[in-house]
Amino acid sequence: MTDSYLTLANGTLKPVFKKLGLPQPAILRRYRPGSPLTVGPVLVVADDASAADADAVAKTLSGWDVDVRREAGDTPGERFGAVVLVLTGARTPEDVSAPVLTVARTLRRLAGNGRVLTISRAVADGDAPVLAATRGGVDGLVRSLGKELRGGSTSNGILLTDDAAVDSASAVAALRFFLSAKSAYVDGQLLPVGPAEVAGPVDWEHPLAGKVGVVTGAARGIGAAIARTMARDGAKVVVIDVPQAGEALAAVANEIGGVALQLDITAQDAADKILAATKPLGGLDILVHNAGITRDKLLANMTADKWDPVIAVNLTAQLRINERLLAAGVEGLRIVSLASTTGFAGNRGQTNYGYTKAGVIANAAAGAPVLAAAGGTTNAVAPGWIETEMTAKVPALTRTVARRMPSLGQGGLPVDIAEAICFLASDPAAGINGQTLRVCGQHMVGK
Amino acid sequence: MSTTPSPVPSTREAVIIGGNRIPFSRAGKKYVRTSNQDMFTAALEGLVARFGLQGERLGEVAGGAVLKHSKNFNLVRESVLGSSLAPTTPAYDVQQACATGLEAAIAVTNKIKLGQIESAVAGGTDTVSDAPIVVSDRLRAALLDANHARTTSAKIKALLAIRPKDLAPVSPSTGEPRTHLSMGEHQAVTTAKWGITREAQDEIAFASHQNLARAWEAGFFDDLVTPYKGLTRDDNLRPDTSLEKLAKLRPVFGASLDAPATMTAGNSTPLTDGASTVLFSSREWAEERELPILAKFVDAETAAVDFVHGHEGLLMAPAAAVPRLLARNGLALEDIDFFEIHEAFASTVLTTLAAWEDEEYCRTELGLDGAFGKVDRSRLNVNGSSLAAGHPFAATGGRIIATAAKLVSTKARETGQPARALISICAAGGLGAVALVESA
Repeated sequence: MTDSYLTLANGTLKPVFKKLGLPQPAILRRYRPGSPLTVGPVLVVADDASAADADAVAKTLSGWDVDVRREAGDTPGERFGAVVLVLTGARTPEDVSAPVLTVARTLRRLAGNGRVLTISRAVADGDAPVLAATRGGVDGLVRSLGKELRGGSTSNGILLTDDAAVDSASAVAALRFFLSAKSAYVDGQLLPVGPAEVAGPVDWEHPLAGKVGVVTGAARGIGAAIARTMARDGAKVVVIDVPQAGEALAAVANEIGGVALQLDITAQDAADKILAATKPLGGLDILVHNAGITRDKLLANMTADKWDPVIAVNLTAQLRINERLLAAGVEGLRIVSLASTTGFAGNRGQTNYGYTKAGVIANAAAGAPVLAAAGGTTNAVAPGWIETEMTAKVPALTRTVARRMPSLGQGGLPVDIAEAICFLASDPAAGINGQTLRVCGQHMVGK
Repeated sequence: MSTTPSPVPSTREAVIIGGNRIPFSRAGKKYVRTSNQDMFTAALEGLVARFGLQGERLGEVAGGAVLKHSKNFNLVRESVLGSSLAPTTPAYDVQQACATGLEAAIAVTNKIKLGQIESAVAGGTDTVSDAPIVVSDRLRAALLDANHARTTSAKIKALLAIRPKDLAPVSPSTGEPRTHLSMGEHQAVTTAKWGITREAQDEIAFASHQNLARAWEAGFFDDLVTPYKGLTRDDNLRPDTSLEKLAKLRPVFGASLDAPATMTAGNSTPLTDGASTVLFSSREWAEERELPILAKFVDAETAAVDFVHGHEGLLMAPAAAVPRLLARNGLALEDIDFFEIHEAFASTVLTTLAAWEDEEYCRTELGLDGAFGKVDRSRLNVNGSSLAAGHPFAATGGRIIATAAKLVSTKARETGQPARALISICAAGGLGAVALVESA
């Protein structure tokens, strides 16, 4: 579904839209293999106590052929692709002031589709109140800035947990994800990142090389985009959908050199079928629970035929499959489930859907130690308004409002969800576990 | 009942990995303006997707269509080129009327058994909705003469031979060229000869619909069928039909016979569009790729009868082929767990069963010592057959082989004993092809 407002506002009438004070959503830059990581030089700013960490970040960036700056300078016309604000060493709110004001002075020099990324430490149990306030404040800074940035630029933060180093594997992977066009529709988010190591160098062009992934609900929309992105990143993919969707499913499988499995995921033996289908490909590494349905009804009018299938497809099926796979001894499994901003904020008419999506978020959090014990991770991605066949059926007015609500002023694309999922499923992201990453353009609902 | 596997043949085994077909659709419905090539390509694409065969060079793909336009001289090869298989996969067309799909399977499995190829797809496709329409012989002769003529006046002269009535198109016919009788009229004679009742035929039709509907509901076809053009199930299937409804239908064949006409649209297969494929390989090829092995394609036999002079019914050849096949393999009817007898007409199944139970017939026609035996009806077409699914001529073989392979595989897994299926397909021209499939 094309967003004609987005097209108009970026066409020849662009100055008129500006003069009238109308919302001006930008055309977002999306990832293309081989294209530069950022749209311009990257400025790394830090408080004094974080200088060593900032050096480490700068070193990482230099290794990616990025033009790294430690001073803003005043080259006329030069625009930054990103500003990275390192606050890992800050102990008091006063420590944060100088680097934040440095960032403030560079914002007008931030290129369209630019990035502001904070790297700080997460508040932990037992932190002194002053330290907790210093660290916790970053949350409000990042989210507020997200609402101020224009031109497709975003504001996000990496929250290091458990003494993870700024140049540990997952921190580096998160840095790359947030700076890249892969995070185009991620805005106003803070992602907790723990320590992790990877064996050998990372192939950033094919981060899923040698992996076998499974995507449910993959015949169309977001699921098909996930499957395509997984294949692009090097994985062999088993795509799953209900038998009725088999024609589109086979087309997706043949397009990406994958395997089509016509399967109702609510079947008792679904996990066995998944294991059997992945066996010829060499096992199961990544499982994306994308399949989901809606049966909207106000709770006052809710009936079992509207409530039960939503619970069964969106939640119970994946709980059962995960349990059976772990019982079968699958090691190193990387699970990513589709949540929704509705899971945070609720949505009128979606008590059933909201229950399942909040359930997915809670399941990812609670499942983290269980998966970690078997060498894996479990996370969720919460899409906001995404342009799909499903959302194209939403009434025009609701659709228009939903598109303009996020800070980025537009809906996301299925590939935006897919990029976040493939990032979370990659080896270097192993230190990210139990999290729900919102991909919503900073939609103004929920946290 | 024999509980040991058949003896290992002197050649190596050909195994069935799986199958894929598109839902079958009654002529003139979902697949209108869909060509044989479109349908066969779709069936192939579903098979490729199911087993991850993109870019794979298979040993060969064989199949065909009964109603085929001359432009489709390389129908199967063209379908392969339009598929995700490697373009270096050889292909050829086969045609043996309704036995086309099974004959293609016999051909490719023989090559696998001989070690000439490692993997193959066999199948078939047919459309009545997109059937070729032919011009009359007189018009064709005039056009060819005009084409061969050297001078303009000779060309005009040739074309002037055309008469208005020559312009009427000739639709394809399933009638027998030598007897000018339709298949239904032929079978009506056989039905009357064996005294098959209307009730018995309607019971076969009713069971076919019930069994096929149950199989669909149970998800039996989840890994055998890929939806096509929005159709997700065989649309000839009538889960709600009843013996009462079937009994109300007017007979359509055999009106000119002395015996009462018993064959109706309900107990005869409808004209149908569809396509099917089956993936075969050597055991090694499947094991290397860790692909599932459903069953072995053990052996096959073809037969033909002299129907032209009225000695035998048109569709009775399988009655002769099956005893020869089973004898060669040291088996009797009791050793068969599943009988997949193609329901061209309900009465075809019944006349075949009746013939095997008839001592006199088995002695004189089949050269046996006595009656061949009785088929346990609870083992007959347990997941439905052509009366319910429909019968796109060349596609029926592939449908039955994949169903039979899955049935024996499931039964063997459940019982821990080998399971066997017998496939029997009658065809125009007094032909019949039968095959033996056994759990792997």
